[in-house]
Parts: sequence; C-alpha cells; structure tokens
Amino acid sequence: MVTSKYLDMLEAEAIHIMREVVATARKPVMLYSIGKDSSVMLHLALKAFYPARPPFPLLHIDTTWKFREMIAFRDRVVKDEGLDLIVHTNAEGVAQNVNPFNFGASSYTHMMKTLALRQALDRHGFDAAFGGGRRDEEKSRAKERIFSFRDVKHSWDPKSQRPEMWKTYNTRVGPGESIRVFPLSNWTELDIWNYIAQEDIRVVPLYFAQRRPVVRRDGQIIMVDDERMPIRPDEQVEERLIRFRTLGCYPLTCAVESGARTVTEIIEEMRLSRTSERFGRTIDSDEDAAMEKKKREGYF
Amino acid sequence: MKMIAEAGSALEAKIEHQKGFLRVLTCGSVDDGKSTLIGRMLYETNAIPDDQLAALRRETQRSARGKRSEELDFAFLVDGLEDERQQGITIDIAYRFFVTPVRKFVICDAPWHEEYTRNMATAASNDDVAIVLVDARKGILRQTRRHSFIASLLGVRDVIVVVNKMDLVHYDQSRFELICEDFQAFSRPLSFRSISFIPVSAKVGDNVTSHSDNTQWYRGRSLLSSLESLETDTTAESAPLRLPVQMVSRPTADLRGIAGQIASGRVLVGQPVVVAKSGQQSRVRSIIRGRDYVEIAEAGQAVTVVLEDDVEIARGNMLVSQHDRPSVSDQFMAHVIWFNKEAMIPGRSYICCTEVDSVAATVTTLKHAVDINNFSECAATSLQMNEIGVCNISTQRPIVFDSYRENRTTGNFILIDRFTNETVGAGMIAHGLRRADNIHWHALDVNKQARAALKLQTPAVLWFTGLSGSGKSTIANIVEKLLHQRGKHTYVLDGDNIRHGLNRDLGFTQEARVENIRRAAEVAKLMADAGLIVIVSFISPFRSERTMARELFAAGEFVEVFVDTPIEECARRDPKGLYKKALAGEIKNFTGISSPYEVPNCAEIHLRTLGRDPYELATEVEKYLDAREGS
Repeated sequence: MVTSKYLDMLEAEAIHIMREVVATARKPVMLYSIGKDSSVMLHLALKAFYPARPPFPLLHIDTTWKFREMIAFRDRVVKDEGLDLIVHTNAEGVAQNVNPFNFGASSYTHMMKTLALRQALDRHGFDAAFGGGRRDEEKSRAKERIFSFRDVKHSWDPKSQRPEMWKTYNTRVGPGESIRVFPLSNWTELDIWNYIAQEDIRVVPLYFAQRRPVVRRDGQIIMVDDERMPIRPDEQVEERLIRFRTLGCYPLTCAVESGARTVTEIIEEMRLSRTSERFGRTIDSDEDAAMEKKKREGYF
Repeated sequence: MKMIAEAGSALEAKIEHQKGFLRVLTCGSVDDGKSTLIGRMLYETNAIPDDQLAALRRETQRSARGKRSEELDFAFLVDGLEDERQQGITIDIAYRFFVTPVRKFVICDAPWHEEYTRNMATAASNDDVAIVLVDARKGILRQTRRHSFIASLLGVRDVIVVVNKMDLVHYDQSRFELICEDFQAFSRPLSFRSISFIPVSAKVGDNVTSHSDNTQWYRGRSLLSSLESLETDTTAESAPLRLPVQMVSRPTADLRGIAGQIASGRVLVGQPVVVAKSGQQSRVRSIIRGRDYVEIAEAGQAVTVVLEDDVEIARGNMLVSQHDRPSVSDQFMAHVIWFNKEAMIPGRSYICCTEVDSVAATVTTLKHAVDINNFSECAATSLQMNEIGVCNISTQRPIVFDSYRENRTTGNFILIDRFTNETVGAGMIAHGLRRADNIHWHALDVNKQARAALKLQTPAVLWFTGLSGSGKSTIANIVEKLLHQRGKHTYVLDGDNIRHGLNRDLGFTQEARVENIRRAAEVAKLMADAGLIVIVSFISPFRSERTMARELFAAGEFVEVFVDTPIEECARRDPKGLYKKALAGEIKNFTGISSPYEVPNCAEIHLRTLGRDPYELATEVEKYLDAREGS
C-alpha cells in the first residue's frame, strides 16, 4: 500500500479545489461519467461538504451507447447517496441515428459527447463544471490548468490560459463564460486505484475480470454489450476472461485480457503493466493531436 | 546506481516512501536540452508506458529533428501541444510524474522564453527545488539569471545546476568548474539554501540516473540521487496556526462549519483560536475531516472546524493561533510580477485575490522595478509584461496576511483585471505598512448629512466623460447655471482648469492620466462631503479610472454622464485647434488619435450630441437629478 500521506495530500488538494468552486461559482455542476475517476471525484465531493450534501447536481452525458452495467451502476449510486442527477442526450443526434459504427469515432464523439455537453451546460446555465480529467492521461491534458477557462462558445485556447499560482485561483468569469475544473489533475491512474482501495469506493463491475462476450476487431477486443452491435461476417462472438481499464461507449472501448477480479489484483496487475490507460480508447488515436483538437472544440 | 528494470508504478505500490513528495521545477534556455533531460529521466525510471514509447519511436523517425533515427528523441515525450511540437518549443507548463524506491516526484516543466515568464513563475510558485539547465558550451546566460531570480523570488530554496551537453565539450572539468564559479558568483544575492552542480549529458545519459565513467573527475551524486536525497521543509507543521476560511456552511441548525485547508500549524479540539480580522476569540469544539470527527488536524489537511461561540466569520477571514497572529491591514509592500500586455500603472484599480479573499486594490506606489539580470533596483513609472517591481498596495478593506518569506500560502496574492477578468499579475507580500494604522479618518461632529441638509440638497457628483471637443464643458457649464438658478450649491471641476493648478505637475502619459483622474476624484469627494453638487468635466478616457472614481462614493451619489460625440465631429469643431495639431503629429498621446478612449458601458446618462442643442442636453441631466432627489 502506498503511503497514505501522499493520498491525503491529493485528497486535501481536491477538496480545497471543490470548495473554492462552490464558494465562488454561481451555478456549479459535476460531470459524472460513471467511470472510476468519477467515482473517486464523487467520493471526494461527499467528503468535502460533509455533513452537508454536495451543493451541486451531477450531470451525465448519455450517448445511448454506454455499457448497460454502467447505467445500472449510475442509477444505484444516485439512489443510495440521494444525489441530484441530470441526464442529457443530444436528441438531434439520436434522431439522425448517429452511432459509432456508421459515423466514425471522431464525428460520433463530436455529436454525442462534445455537442451534447455544450447543450446541457447552456440549457442549465452552469458556470463551473467539475471533470475527472488527470494530467497523466494524455499530453495535452498534462498542460491544462486545474481551473480551465472556456469562452462563450466553450472553446479552450491553450495559449491564453490563466496563470495558476499557488492555490490562489482566479475563478471569475464574464456572462456566458464558464470554467471547467479538474480536481484530480495531479492524480495518476495508480493513485486512483490506491485511493479506491484505501477508501473502499464502489466502481462499475466492468473493471473486474469476468467472462464476457467479445469479438476481435482491428486487433482489439470489443465487448458485445447488446444486440445493436453489428457482427461482421469474419467475426465470431466468444466468451473471454476480460476487464476494462477505462470505460466509455462500449463499441469504442477495448477490453484487456485479465484475471484481476479485485482492486488488489488490479493494483498487482499494474505492477507488470506496460501500456497506458488511454491506449484502450479508439477516439484518441485518430490523429496525434486528437485530444487537443477535441478540447479546443469544447470536449472535456 | 542502475535503475530497476521493473515498472515504476510497481515500486510505488510496494514500498513506503522514505522521503516525502518532491515538486521539481525545471528551467533552461532555448536548446539547453531540457525536454531531452526530462524525457531521459522518465525513460530511465520506467515511467513511460510501452504504447507511448512506440509513439515516440514513430515520431522520432517522422521528424526532421531525429536525424539519427536509431536514437530516441526524448523531447517528443514532453512537448505536448500541437503548436509547440511544430515550432519545436515548449510554451506551457507540463506536469510529469515518476517514482523511485525512495520518493515520488512531479516535474513541472516551465517554458524558457522571456515572454512566458508568467508560466515559469506559475510553475515555481508550488515547487520545492529548481533544476537550472546550463549549456556547457554557452555557460551562464541572461535567462539563467532570470530563471534563478524568479525561482528565488517565489520561494524555491534549493537549486540543482545541471551543466548539460558535457559530451560536446569533451567532458572538460575546467569548463564545468568555470560555470560553477560563475553561477555561485551571480546567485549570491538570491540566498538559496543549497546549490549543487552536476555535469550531465542528457542525450547520452551521463550522471542522470547513475554515475558516469565519462566524468571520472566528478565525485558528486547523479541528478536522480541528488533529488532523492534532498530534504524538504517540514516547518509548516510547527509554524503558528493559519486556517484561511474558504466557506462557512450551516448544514444543520446547531452546526456551523468553517471549512478550509490548514496553511500552517495544527488545530486541536479545545484549543483557543482567534478570528484574525476581528480579534474575537473562541475555542475549537470539533474538527471534521472527510466524514470523520478527529481530535487534531495539521498543515495541508482540508478540514471543517466548529467553534464554541457564534463568532462573526465568513470567507476571506482566517482562524489563527492566539499568540502569533498574522497582519491585518489595508496597506502593504510586495514584489509584483506583471503578466499582462497592458502595463501595470500606479493608481489603477485591480481585484486583489489572496487564497480566499477578494478585494478592490490600487497600487499606490511603484517604488522601483528590479533588473533581473543584475538584481539591481531601477526607477520605473509602470511595469511592463514580464517585469518585476516592488510596490505599495492599498486595498479597499483590510486583508489578512503573513510575509511571503514566512508563509508561501498566506503571503501571496494575484491581481485580476476588473473588466476582462484576466490574471494580470502576482505578488509576494514583504510586510504590512504601518501608515494605515496610524492615520485614522477624523470623525467630525458636523458631517456630510448636516452640511447637505443646511443647503436643502443631496450631494452628488456628475462625472462628464467624453472626447476632447465633445461638448463636455459647454454642457457642464449650462447644467451648473440651471442648478444655480434654483438655489443649488454647485462647483465645476474642469479638466483644463485643474491642470493649471493642482495637476500642473502632470503630463499626458498613461501614468499621468491615471493620477490626474485620481486627484480630481479625491477633490470631488471632499466637495461632496461638503454637501455640494460637484460637476466634473474630464476626458477620463480609461474605464478603470472612472470605476475607481465611482467607488469613492456612496451608491447613487456618482452619476456618470457620457457625452457621446463622434470623433469626426469633434475634429471638425476643434474649438482649441488641438485635433489639427494631433493629426499633424505635434501632440503626443492625444485621446482618440494616438491614445485610446474606452467608451463607458454603464453610464447613468448617455448624451448623443449630434444634432442636439446643448440646453436640451443639460435639461436632461437636470431632470435625472430631480428624479433621483424625488426617489
């Protein structure tokens, strides 16, 4: 087990950030993507304002292509903790039947995630939104501020980021402008799992190994989560012992073959792991600078 | 020591770290090989996953930079953003994590270009140690001094000087020693606690993670070993209690929680504490950390404290130890680093934010700027972007602070532009100024209300702003006549007239214009206090000074009148022949021609003068005053 003093430091930093937002924002919201980072972020929010409830709602952008287990988990957590959840789907995208198979990962993501998020933020007039992004995930994330300023069109300009000195944050925004806030900026994937172990935080069971129906596609393992997944003539659905390191839309999330059935076994497995976490996300590898492009357009 | 073949993350999971977490700042000049050094450290501590390593190989081969494509170009690992990858420079701060059996590290990779000083300062503000890169061929450069100074100013106490590219000077010991001496000599005034020097080739890997055979003459530690052995400050816990209040919540009727992250010291249940701003005392009834009630909490922890008494306390205040209290003052001296393209001008109003407090503030005096090449003081009337100066700052109400030397958390502040909300500067407080404590406003028995009542009027300031020749003085003059006829007590402060006397010493630079307005506003304030209706007619081109003037007065007392005449019309009228001269280049800094006029966006009265009679416009102002008096 990692020295808990280090995790304490990360925890205190995240709580401090959340309180700054609540103390200064007009209408904050927490992006809840159901993954392990969101689970940690929610846990921190429950601690930050205890014995009060977190004084903001959760927002889930539902692309309609999430794993079924994710949705079930989300509803369970919200019910158990008595939280306020907003679910938003880009209705226009659904009407046009935008899906990850016929549209290509990048235009699908733009429609169902980036645009959907912008719609939801605009509709409710949120001026600050928490996200679970971490700097160790990806190169452009490594350079983003904890308080990331977005203009009226939600876009991010890496060259005009506000200097972020000490823990003295500039949270001021003009009308229509907003900030995205990343309380987990300084956490690594391993910190997340160590903290989940230390605090006994619930996560979606898909992170743990189990036999699940999958196909091999373009060298990657994709789970067949429901009947909407078209099976190509040369493909065969088979049961394999797999788990996920990261969760998103099931057709775009690759599984890894693994026998890790508990948090301890996952941490053990990471000792030997030599690939990065976002390797399993097909949307990031479109182009080298894929993530930065998406962020400029307003993606989280 | 050779780095372990096991994945870095594995170590982290297994071992208790012997030493605390270390935040490392890296700084160097263009082409010192900083990204290569960082990439090399990440690579050799196994912090790079296989897929990123594969991407690195691809990019190395694709790029023109990878001339010898069998070698990895580690810089690619570090240079994240698209723009800088194409230009081959680093423009923002990147944070990289790695771990060894001894300790966990985060590297803050700060940019090296002068125009990105703000990023460098940002990175330095939270760091424990700075790695300063020096190219063995070039020695100490202007930027080396600059970066060392900024690191020192922001409280980085320890420095490791990496003399890089030793392979290109044939591992010449005398070259290395010369650079060490140079660095020692220039950095003496910066009073670092420790400075160590390491001869390195980041490209080849000499002395990065293990001792190199190429430098037999060097007996010191490798870079990694130096970082591992560095002692960090543990003084924060033994220092006096400082708990800046982030928010106060009342989740249940009998619980009022004071939430914040402890900046220094510790807090115990039962301990007497003081509310810094009021001096009120109470005791700690309970401490909540996460979902637990605890007996004690210490520096760095985020807590919610419940007090025995219902003392007055809100965000921006501080809970502090009884015997060792911070300063509470509305005037202090500080080092300021300026970040913005718009220069810092004394007299202008900004938002000053400490960690939890936010207040309007003015730089009252720019004592001097600091030449960061030789650290000398030099006279200045303004601070340009990336310049550093020593200033006196005055805030609208007192704030709580310590000196930055004593406490990096409670001694810092940032300055924010009131209109764009940009962070325009950052400051490190040196000490409070006594003046504010000793000069108290003399409370007189006959006050403003009494004087105004005698005159049967409500004091007001009509602030006319507009271009030269827009008709301000003409309209102001008529307004005074109208009011005078009705028995009102008035006075006109006219820009030109004031410049003949009170403001005779001021020119037309931006700094002088700011001071011009400040004096006019202060005089208007005294006159309003005397019960008068004051009519001010000043071009007053800058929004921030008009706002500053407005804030001197009670709500509703200040009436901004925008005399809106298109510049073409003003130039056509040209009553004093000034436009003609300005257009001919004979007058410098002429508003509307060679100096900007910022149009008001919240003026109480907006007078569009084209095609209108001045009497008609003056009546409009009079009506506004009547309506106000009636309400």
